[in-house]
Amino acid sequence: MGIFDKIFGKTKSSEEIIVEEKQLHDGLEKTKQGFFSKISKAVAGKSTVDIEFLDELEEILISSDVGLPTTIKIIDRLEVRVARDKYLNANELNNILKDEIGNILAENNTKDLPSFLPNTDKKPYVIMVVGVNGVGKTTTIGKLAYQFKKAGKEVLLGAGDTFRAAAVDQLTIWSERVGVQIVKQSMGSDPAAVAFDTVQSGVAKGVDIILLDTAGRLHNKQGLMDELSKIKKVMSKVIPDAPHEVLLVLDASTGQNALEQAKQFSAATQVTALALTKLDGTAKGGVILSIADEFKIPIKYIGLGEKMDQLQVFNRQAFIETLFE
Amino acid sequence: MFENLQDKLEGAFKNLKGQGKLTELNIAATVKDIRRALVDADVNYKIAKEFTDTIKDKALGENVLTAVSPGQLMVKIVSDELTQLMGGTASEINIKGNPAVILISGLQGSGKTTFSGKLANHIKTKLNKIPLLVACDVYRPAAIDQLKVLGEQIGVEVYTETENKNPVTIAQNAIAHAKQKGQNVVIVDTAGRLAVDEEMMAEIYNVKQAIQPQETLFVVDSMTGQDAVNTAKAFNDRINFDGVVLTKLDGDTRGGAALSIKYTVNKPIKFVSRGEKLIDTLDIFYPERMSQRILGMGDIVSFVEKAQEQFDEKEAQRLQKKIAKNQFDFEDFLQQINQIRKMGNIKDLLGMIPGVGKAVKDIDIDDSAFKKIEAIIFSMTVEERRNPDILNGKRRERIAKGSGNTIQEVNTFVKQFDQMKVMMKRMQSMGMGKR
Ligand SMILES: Nc1nc2c(ncn2[C@@H]2O[C@H](COP(=O)(O)OP(=O)(O)OP(=O)(O)O)[C@@H](O)[C@H]2O)c(=O)[nH]1
Ligand SMILES: [Mg+2]
Repeated sequence: MGIFDKIFGKTKSSEEIIVEEKQLHDGLEKTKQGFFSKISKAVAGKSTVDIEFLDELEEILISSDVGLPTTIKIIDRLEVRVARDKYLNANELNNILKDEIGNILAENNTKDLPSFLPNTDKKPYVIMVVGVNGVGKTTTIGKLAYQFKKAGKEVLLGAGDTFRAAAVDQLTIWSERVGVQIVKQSMGSDPAAVAFDTVQSGVAKGVDIILLDTAGRLHNKQGLMDELSKIKKVMSKVIPDAPHEVLLVLDASTGQNALEQAKQFSAATQVTALALTKLDGTAKGGVILSIADEFKIPIKYIGLGEKMDQLQVFNRQAFIETLFE
Repeated sequence: MFENLQDKLEGAFKNLKGQGKLTELNIAATVKDIRRALVDADVNYKIAKEFTDTIKDKALGENVLTAVSPGQLMVKIVSDELTQLMGGTASEINIKGNPAVILISGLQGSGKTTFSGKLANHIKTKLNKIPLLVACDVYRPAAIDQLKVLGEQIGVEVYTETENKNPVTIAQNAIAHAKQKGQNVVIVDTAGRLAVDEEMMAEIYNVKQAIQPQETLFVVDSMTGQDAVNTAKAFNDRINFDGVVLTKLDGDTRGGAALSIKYTVNKPIKFVSRGEKLIDTLDIFYPERMSQRILGMGDIVSFVEKAQEQFDEKEAQRLQKKIAKNQFDFEDFLQQINQIRKMGNIKDLLGMIPGVGKAVKDIDIDDSAFKKIEAIIFSMTVEERRNPDILNGKRRERIAKGSGNTIQEVNTFVKQFDQMKVMMKRMQSMGMGKR
């Protein structure tokens, strides 16, 4: 179990660890096949990093949506390291590569989180969830609520998507599934008003964590982005430093456009954390490396399926380890 | 005045007459740039490579007809090929049958349900048929409600079975229902699924087998990255869809997935969807717009198009004949100069000619060089312009005076003009001018 023992061992039963490890493993298995196992093949039997290998590496990284600039950066760093440290076999090269990719993640503040719980004494702790259409915002909220509740926290959901057909119903079903409370208004009502209501009601009820859903929107629609800024601002009228977290949800199958999403949502709402969903598919989600490289936003959660318990805290080492297995 | 220019002008002529050819060398940098642009637009890495390689091979040896650089011409060729590749044999949606059945498939969050609503509205308002929407997403919370709400918005009935968790029987029952109610197009919305989810892929396969749809559509988010090929291929292998729908094109993604998918499964892109509203946000697919969006080199493409327009094919043939008969005169020369100037900065244009680029780098050529030539030609009579041979000493003296040059300068110009004519004829007879 290695790495997972170290990370989850203290707070979780070994049964849970096995389940989570299996999920991550299953989810990332397809990812892995196209990724680092290929690298091993590429260096097998070679003693130097040649053009052929670098070409192969480039192909692997680009094909995983890492993007050109970051791919070049990784390759450059690898070359520098190899020149300095000299590597002898595929294994060592893998380690160097793993290291450099880890560094890119580390440089953007992505920390290994010990658990889902925010490290805070703020109460209520307000999390606003944003992202483009269909990335998995509502599902991620359901999954997070489940984790928080499991950890003994009082959770309140806010149905801030009053636009998409049946969005309120969808979140309501999640609240019932998980067994947490929800604040909602009718479809078509002002999302800022819902946000205000939710935070106010959360304070009155004395809940620990508030999760606010918002309607999916494309980041190039200024009107909708302004609306998001307004929703955010209105919450601070109840609690001056709320929301404490703005979670941008990204779909692992998204290509380079995810960079623009990160940029524009940050501009509108000062995104503080990322969640990467649908990693149970064949998409590699490599664009998070580009985002890590370009923005200082840590990745906190990964979605590995549609079920309540298929969310994990992002763990840099575990993520990379699993890819390298 | 003419010395430095002569070689260059020959080059420019060469270019204009179509004697420059695309070579591995003169387009190498451009091909790299194009590939990079495609990959940046999320075109699959392998496909970007294959695509540019194939086109490059096809394009090599092609004449650079006008005053554009080989690289620019290459961009234009790629753009055209891209448009053609993505256009293909785009067919209308098939709604023959009673009822016609349309099966909607795709990944989670790709936009299937919204598209189903749009399609129903399209069929109702544009094709004047009576659609029925069928809710077969029995998994995602409130997915059925979502479709119901959309149906209400557009006044289309939505068939649901809240207690039934089997999409196969729901779809079958819906078709029976449509027959009874006289609805003639049945649109079956399904749950999002991953291509690697064996159970779910078996489910949609079974749905398809059971209802034998006239049309199976694969809905894909235009922001999809490199994985688009895997998913499209897996879905196609399993359910052999008839067409592709690109969603969320109102975003700012370059949409390279469209190319990847078309290239991989070669199925027509039947609709593009842009916007969350159901009305007026569904479009037929315009290959040219999409290829420009993906390649993102619209400026170059339109420059080349403009240049090609300006370059008159017939004129070129007329000139070639004149050159062959040694009848190339000052009027033709003037026209060529104008042609070149229309294209922009002369030095830039010359620099684009293979082998010339380096040579002109340090040479100071500007339009004033042309002005001098023009002044000389303008001082000739029409007769003189058409018959360079009649330029005797007296005429030359008059021309020198009229154009503000010395007689020596006029003599040099005429001499070099004659040399140029000989050169052009020789090059032509070497077969370089053939197209
Ligand atoms: N396989 C898989 N599916 C997921 C994951 N997360 C979400 N989904 C699915 O993706 C689809 C869209 O999820 P939603 O949570 O509705 O997405 P959203 O961002 O709230 O969508 P809008 O509110 O419509 O913008 C649903 O079918 C979810 O079940 C994941 O980690 N893996
Ligand atoms: Mg939602």
